[in-house]
Amino acid sequence: MSHLRRPAPKELQPVSFAFTPENLDKAKKIIAKYPEGRQQSAVMPLLDLAQRQTEGNWVPTVAMDYLADMLEMPAIRVYEVATFYTMYNLAPVGKNFIQVCTTTPCWLRGSADVVDTCKKELGIGVGETTQDGQFTMIEVECLGACVNAPMMQINDDYYEDLTADTTKAILDALKKGEKPKVGPQSGRKGCEPIDGPKVLKAFCGCGAAPQDADASKGDA
Amino acid sequence: MPKLTVDGIEVEVEAGATVLQACEEAGKEIPRFCYHERLSIAGNCRMCLVEMERAPKPVASCAMPAADGMVIKTDSDLVKKARNGVMEFLLINHPLDCPICDQGGECDLQDQAMAYGFDSSRYAEKKRAVKDKELGPIVKTIMTRCIHCTRCVRFSEEVAGVGTMGAVYRGEDTEVGPYIEASINSELSGNLIDLCPVGALTSKPYAFTARPWELKKTDSIDVMDAVGSNIRIDARSSEVLRVLPRINEDVNEEWISDKTRYAIDGLKRQRLDRPYVRVDGKLVPASWDEAFAAIKAKVSGLDGKKIAAIAGDTVDCESMTALKDLMGSLGSANIDCRQDGSKVGGPRSSYIFNTTIAGIEEADACLIVGANVRAEAPIINSRLRKRWRATNGDFRVGIIGEKWDPTYKNDYLGAGPETLAEILDGKNDFAKVLKAADKPMIIVGMGALNREDGDAVLAATRAIAEKFGMVAGEWNGFNVLHTAASRVGGLDLGFVPGEGGLATNDILDGAAKGAVEVVYLLSADEVDMSKLEKAFVIYQGAMGDAGAQAADVILPGAAYTEKNGTYVNTEGRAQQGWRAVFPRGDAREDWAIVRALSGALDKTLPYNNIDAVRARMVELSPTFASLNVPTKAEWTDFGKAGEMKSDGFMSPVRNFYMTDPISRASVTMAKCTEAFVKDTAAEKVA
Repeated sequence: MSHLRRPAPKELQPVSFAFTPENLDKAKKIIAKYPEGRQQSAVMPLLDLAQRQTEGNWVPTVAMDYLADMLEMPAIRVYEVATFYTMYNLAPVGKNFIQVCTTTPCWLRGSADVVDTCKKELGIGVGETTQDGQFTMIEVECLGACVNAPMMQINDDYYEDLTADTTKAILDALKKGEKPKVGPQSGRKGCEPIDGPKVLKAFCGCGAAPQDADASKGDA
Repeated sequence: MPKLTVDGIEVEVEAGATVLQACEEAGKEIPRFCYHERLSIAGNCRMCLVEMERAPKPVASCAMPAADGMVIKTDSDLVKKARNGVMEFLLINHPLDCPICDQGGECDLQDQAMAYGFDSSRYAEKKRAVKDKELGPIVKTIMTRCIHCTRCVRFSEEVAGVGTMGAVYRGEDTEVGPYIEASINSELSGNLIDLCPVGALTSKPYAFTARPWELKKTDSIDVMDAVGSNIRIDARSSEVLRVLPRINEDVNEEWISDKTRYAIDGLKRQRLDRPYVRVDGKLVPASWDEAFAAIKAKVSGLDGKKIAAIAGDTVDCESMTALKDLMGSLGSANIDCRQDGSKVGGPRSSYIFNTTIAGIEEADACLIVGANVRAEAPIINSRLRKRWRATNGDFRVGIIGEKWDPTYKNDYLGAGPETLAEILDGKNDFAKVLKAADKPMIIVGMGALNREDGDAVLAATRAIAEKFGMVAGEWNGFNVLHTAASRVGGLDLGFVPGEGGLATNDILDGAAKGAVEVVYLLSADEVDMSKLEKAFVIYQGAMGDAGAQAADVILPGAAYTEKNGTYVNTEGRAQQGWRAVFPRGDAREDWAIVRALSGALDKTLPYNNIDAVRARMVELSPTFASLNVPTKAEWTDFGKAGEMKSDGFMSPVRNFYMTDPISRASVTMAKCTEAFVKDTAAEKVA
């Protein structure tokens, strides 16, 4: 099990946590969505909020305790949620948190190349963080973008249709502090067929596509 | 009332019952690990699978509500196969270390593997290993053995009210325990050991001590508090090895406190196992005859008014009866069973827990006055918590006295008599809660009654009970919570000052002034011994504590595990315990010592066996005529209205783990004190 799924050592744990006034407002709005007496259900969005607020993109133990107080539930119930869902990091990660999908569809389409490229370019193994704290790379299970396999998620963004080269390009851009183009790297749009749209071309603005129109006429 | 068929037997169960309960109703045994009658349903072990007609696959009977017309099979081939499969899964990661496991011989997994397990494993893969958790001085963990039934998680959340245990991580990495290292800071933590169906949570003090089949099991009654928990004492030869709860729905259900369970190792230390007589300022070993002769030399010819007796907190009713009669025949009315000097006494309804412990489950509001229930009677506190949970938090609890954490939501009202007066005047908001309640109750603790103004406080609490309709028809919501196991028994027997007699504080003052020359301490260790320096002190008891140090003659008695005895709990319920082991050395059962002494003093008491003593007890109080049921007390006038002092109520129990000579001598209780007392509720004085 990755060390991100174990509580960070005491040296890394901050001594206190509190929402910023801005996040506190957000938290209150989130809590208000749940019916009276069911405020504890807000624990998941609030954990996410806490993770985003924390330097290093993780949930320290004090933050969980803070949420337990806020939602009037035993701290252990918050720990249970935070340790169950893998999207909550229990230890700090790099500024760019790379999650490479290595489930079967991505793997068949070459996710091993993506992982290898990351390893080579960043000089880290799976589950490790670079010395400068810029990158952490982990393998994850299916992120639901199989049509654009192979893919990886960096922070909140999906980078799809990867090859070794495009992966390197993305990493290089990130190293320079640039923001690479999000989505498919092969030039296709969204998850349309790899060699261009086949249907409804008239509506997608990609060519006159008389073919479809003709076909419909013929049928008529 | 759904009707269903189990293996061809038609049964009718209550609405809301589960299929598992229906199967039990039909006399079918269903194997289970996670299901427990007193905890919420989890349905995660899958051992209780049964076949249900028209269901596509076996169903977990513990989590399936019984419905009309269901046809259940519990012994079909499908069921057998399904359970075999579940058992095989459970054993994939369970270590084969039964020979060195303390649960061996009383392990649910071991037993059920006999019925549903394969003879050999089909798995060559590595088993998983889990790091052990440090849960404090009582619960030992070997977490690799855990099968994730989550009974301990549900117990600590629901019954104990401490959110320490959880199931963290997921899938194969799931671990049961706290996320960050934490001891289970609960007075009920020992029950986790009983609940655990495997050897993951076992008893630390009892580790590697004995196998269950080596033990002689004796039914008894606990004396560590006034609850009268039903216990089973397990002993091997002359040594008491452990204490387990017995089920009694009306008293302790199936829980006992950690002190009840673990104070017994105190019985191995500082024991009085032979008589002693003080010669030239030093206690020297003596024979029984010499000890009796020393007493006779002092007592014979002495005016009865100069003799006094005080009974301690863990004394059985038999010995109090004998001592009361002996003091009577010596012409002394100076007897008291309230060594803390409290003012309880008078009409019976003024000193018992009238509502009864089970009755708490009908109450809808509770006012606690001067009692730290969690430290004084954890079992009663768990009932209050149970009621609070059953009402989804509508059961309102108000606390007057020290601030303490009852583990459920409460309204802290104030520190002392002023708040009591406010409630009586209706000025406090909680008065409205009491007014609105159908069945309100009040619990008055020793912290409110063992003060000089105890009578006035008692009168004030009675007035509150009257004003808010706490006593109406069958319902009596007035309760006194005692801290001493012997107290209600002593009061019922009339072990209180007779006509012109002196109470505890007067006896002590009299002894300091020389007016009282002989003081008989029957296991009484909590009195101010410095006042007894001038007096001739006879100490009878099992433990070498404060009383023995102050004594001129020591008569070695039996501990509660070493005698047949009757105890009356705070509800006024008389219960009998049996002897598990014989008293140490020359020590004897306490009533027999008093009887022998009476012979030596030529005042022979008229009973030769314990049955005759018990017949005498029935003469003294009808309580003892009906064992195991609390006799209802008539609601009468009591208390003396008067000025109350302004000081706040202080619970007499400052440290739950050490309240009497036995627990003070206990190593385990000392460890618990070290680990927990800093944060126990009683220490958090506001």
